[in-house]
Amino acid sequence: MTLNPDLTITFSPMHRLQWEEAQQKDVILYPEGMVELNQSSAEILKLCDGSRKLEQIVADLEQKFSTRGLINDVTSFLEVALNNGWIKQP
Amino acid sequence: MAGSNNPKPTPPRWLLAELTYKCPLQCPYCSNPLDYAQHNSEISTEDWKRVLSQARKMGAVQLGFSGGEPLSRQDLPELVEHARQLGYYTNLITSGYGLNEERIIQLKEAGLDHIQLSIQASTQELNDHIAGTVSYENKKAVAHLIKKHGYPMVLCVVIHRENIHQMQQILEMAEELGADYVELANTQYYGWAHKNRDLLMPTKEQYETAEAIAQAYKEQVADKMKIYYIIPDFHEDRPKACMNGWGTTFLTIAPDGVALPCHSARELPGLDCPNVNDFSIEQIWNDSKAFNFFRGYEWMKEPCRSCDEKEKDFGGCRCQAYLLTGDMYSTDPVCSKSPDHRLIDDAIHTARISALSSDEKPLIFRNSKNSKKHTLNS
Repeated sequence: MTLNPDLTITFSPMHRLQWEEAQQKDVILYPEGMVELNQSSAEILKLCDGSRKLEQIVADLEQKFSTRGLINDVTSFLEVALNNGWIKQP
Repeated sequence: MAGSNNPKPTPPRWLLAELTYKCPLQCPYCSNPLDYAQHNSEISTEDWKRVLSQARKMGAVQLGFSGGEPLSRQDLPELVEHARQLGYYTNLITSGYGLNEERIIQLKEAGLDHIQLSIQASTQELNDHIAGTVSYENKKAVAHLIKKHGYPMVLCVVIHRENIHQMQQILEMAEELGADYVELANTQYYGWAHKNRDLLMPTKEQYETAEAIAQAYKEQVADKMKIYYIIPDFHEDRPKACMNGWGTTFLTIAPDGVALPCHSARELPGLDCPNVNDFSIEQIWNDSKAFNFFRGYEWMKEPCRSCDEKEKDFGGCRCQAYLLTGDMYSTDPVCSKSPDHRLIDDAIHTARISALSSDEKPLIFRNSKNSKKHTLNS
């Protein structure tokens, strides 16, 4: 599966994204499993709320972290996320 | 104490709450202890809530409500609600028996995240035979209700000689029922399964055929259904990294409040497993004899002790080492480096002879009568 830049991106209702105090990191929880996220992955996923498309997510991140040129990193992470079922497109 | 007293064990991540040993099913490979009938006390709702709170505080995040059949505890919705408020990811591991639409809705409202439903075979006749209870049609109806109410669903099928020929049909059934995940759990030979091993263990040819079917199906349904294939370790030449290492990740609480480093650990002698009525989870996890017993590498004998793979598999499974060799410190005999490896070959061979013979003895089903009989005989 490849990411369609013309469609919005939503975090999967079959998974849960949660901050874990004990681990001091965000994790994805799903049936009998857990993925630990680094900070940038978590920031990307938090923007997958069904209202934004790829371009908007990149723009918001670049603004938040006062940087540019994130498109390739964000795209490749979101493709991983899509193939793992963490995010959905309509 | 055998294990090294690691000053800072990693905190528990996975809590298995075995709420009860009561179960309407009688599966002959049940992982509950053979003598479960003599452990018939159950800790209270308040005890469970305290345990859940204490384990969560330490960092446990995945929580399995299991048993027996957890639905036979009337306080299940209350415990789910408490767990969900604490931030656990709550898994219900059930036979589906007693699960109707009203209870599915009630559990959803309480915050249940996921339901793992067991099914014993792809046909009614075989399912009901293995379960020892008429349950097939009900399980299918329950599966539809689980999906109707938006839960992720894992369909769990324990694989053994009586159903391994149904691999293709089992996968088709799982897809048709809308399973998000299907767990093909090759039988692990502890508890009741150990007792019935000659009758349950498939031949090598059967495993190979079934695994090829599962692999092909996996590619075919990759986008919509994930397939977890639990390997039959008797046919591997290295043991499984049991429990991800003793006392590193997993904590099981049995119905009577006994805390176990793995759900089979009751079978091991001399661990003195602590009870949650006497100690906090933090004391149990960090300081108890049982949880420190096989932590680290100091307890190991050769060939594990000097093995360069010990950090990968931790010497394999302690319960399997004990059940097969009588010595819980020995290398898991699954390992081809084990001096006892022939025990695995013998087990495979004996099961094969049993499979090819025409006068197999009957399966011993998991029920109170057989459990009491076992207790008297042992």
